[in-house]
Amino acid sequence: MAVRLTLVVAAWSVCIGLPPALLAATALARWRFPGRSALDALVHLPLVLPPVVVGWLLLLTFGIHGVIGAELLAWFGVRLAFTRAGASLACAVMTFPLMVRAMRLSLEAVDPGFDQAARTLGAGRFDRFVTITLPLAAPGVLVGAITAFAASLGEFGAVITFAANIPGETQTLPLAIYTALQSPGGEATAARLSLISVGLALGGLLAAEFAARRLRPLLGR
Amino acid sequence: MTLSLAFRHAFPGLALDIAFDAPTPGTTVLFGPSGAGKSTAAAVVAGLLRPLRGRVAIDGTVLADSDSGRFLPPERRRVGLVFQEARLFPHISVLGNLRYGLRRAPADTPQRIELAQVIDLLGLAALLSRRPGTLSGGERQRVAIGRALLSQPRLLVMDEPLASLDAPRKAEILPYLARLKTTLALPILYITHALEEVSRLADTLVLIEAGRSLAAGPLADIVSRGDLPLAARDDAAAILFLRVTAHDPARRLTCLQADGLMLLVPLLASPPGTALRVRVPAREVILATEIPGGISVHNILPGEVRAVTEDAARHAALVEVALGSASALLARVTPDAVARLCLGPGAPVLALVKSMAVEVLV
Repeated sequence: MAVRLTLVVAAWSVCIGLPPALLAATALARWRFPGRSALDALVHLPLVLPPVVVGWLLLLTFGIHGVIGAELLAWFGVRLAFTRAGASLACAVMTFPLMVRAMRLSLEAVDPGFDQAARTLGAGRFDRFVTITLPLAAPGVLVGAITAFAASLGEFGAVITFAANIPGETQTLPLAIYTALQSPGGEATAARLSLISVGLALGGLLAAEFAARRLRPLLGR
Repeated sequence: MTLSLAFRHAFPGLALDIAFDAPTPGTTVLFGPSGAGKSTAAAVVAGLLRPLRGRVAIDGTVLADSDSGRFLPPERRRVGLVFQEARLFPHISVLGNLRYGLRRAPADTPQRIELAQVIDLLGLAALLSRRPGTLSGGERQRVAIGRALLSQPRLLVMDEPLASLDAPRKAEILPYLARLKTTLALPILYITHALEEVSRLADTLVLIEAGRSLAAGPLADIVSRGDLPLAARDDAAAILFLRVTAHDPARRLTCLQADGLMLLVPLLASPPGTALRVRVPAREVILATEIPGGISVHNILPGEVRAVTEDAARHAALVEVALGSASALLARVTPDAVARLCLGPGAPVLALVKSMAVEVLV
């Protein structure tokens, strides 16, 4: 039960994180604007902050009395804190830096000469991004997504703080392992779950490597 | 109709001030050493670089003008640009690359350039399904030219398209370029530091040196001017535009003519009526004041000295000889010969040109 839940939460976290991560990576890789280094620092914040702090900050903003959370509840009846969606959001925020880093590196590796060539052929900004830059950066984007997925499977501090530890709702694998360890005689369960956790993480990393290798010849490299 | 470019820009260590007007359609060649600012001019025309000040206009359409603040972005200029390194999109097939600009071109362009026409003109039929990564340098450049043509440009800019290719590949592409020039009535701005490409392709020649445009005008006029740096080169030569008028298979000679000028050259394969250009190297031209007898030279061309320029460093003199109304030759002789024959502006003179020294281009 915890395994399926964990996979669903991780998948959703990638879906939530991907579009803003792509935007942030593009901004950092290609655009020159004031506040660029501030954005860079902000993106990397979840990497250096204690996860508990991230979870608490999420509670402050998205909790039922939070700045955004209260509005969401009032307008759409949506509650994020202590829900499965909230667990996904916490994972998305925590893995955001990983995703942006991978995407930014691959976007920076795309020769801007192709972008210029597409410009002279009449392609506008969005057109060029979709038809030239994004396909050429696809391996990095995919690797970023898979790495974020794998990292989401192991997210603990932010999830337990923001989404709590509700079995069947927000109790992902690491939380289940923690709970098993807290209860007497739970070592066997913890060991079993840990093994699954190791398997999933390894599988994720191998999948990322495999995807990158398969995509490269398609891109003519 | 005119292609008109004028701009100033400053890079660390190089101030650029380039300006010229060239008639269109036709091929305008920017010629000069590497680092002189030619590629910057191409980027300014295409809109990839916004100069400090400047104006770009083609056939009455103003693409950029710093005085009025007008600046069309590259994607709206319809200026096709062929880069030195081709820059084909590596993730799309050759056909996909060709279609990239075609799909984004306005549908209502007059004299539309069709896909089939380009494939035929550039010999691309066998390459269509291949990936750019598998093409040779010459093939890549041909595809890049095709891709630019299909974007239905009002001007095709080629920035040293042959510079990264070895001599055999260059020889492979030059005929395609010559064919392109004659088949499509498209203004072309061609950038190069190779004199051979100038001789073969240029209608209008613009000399660029150290960020400035030294001279601009019809090819034959510019190359035959003794006061320009071209004439000081070892391979200085005049260009003549002629037409094949007759073949004499018995004597194994072909007769070429243009406005009162006649030149015999070794037998050519081109049919009578073919327009071609020939190159006459300055050091191969002999000057005389009377017709010598018992001599192997076929071509004894009466003309008039236009100017004499001394090249003190080489103990040589460059004599410009006007032939008829529109043509001119350049002769590199010793200053002593100039003195003995009393050659000065306005003096009548005979230019002796060996048939074997005439280089027929295209």
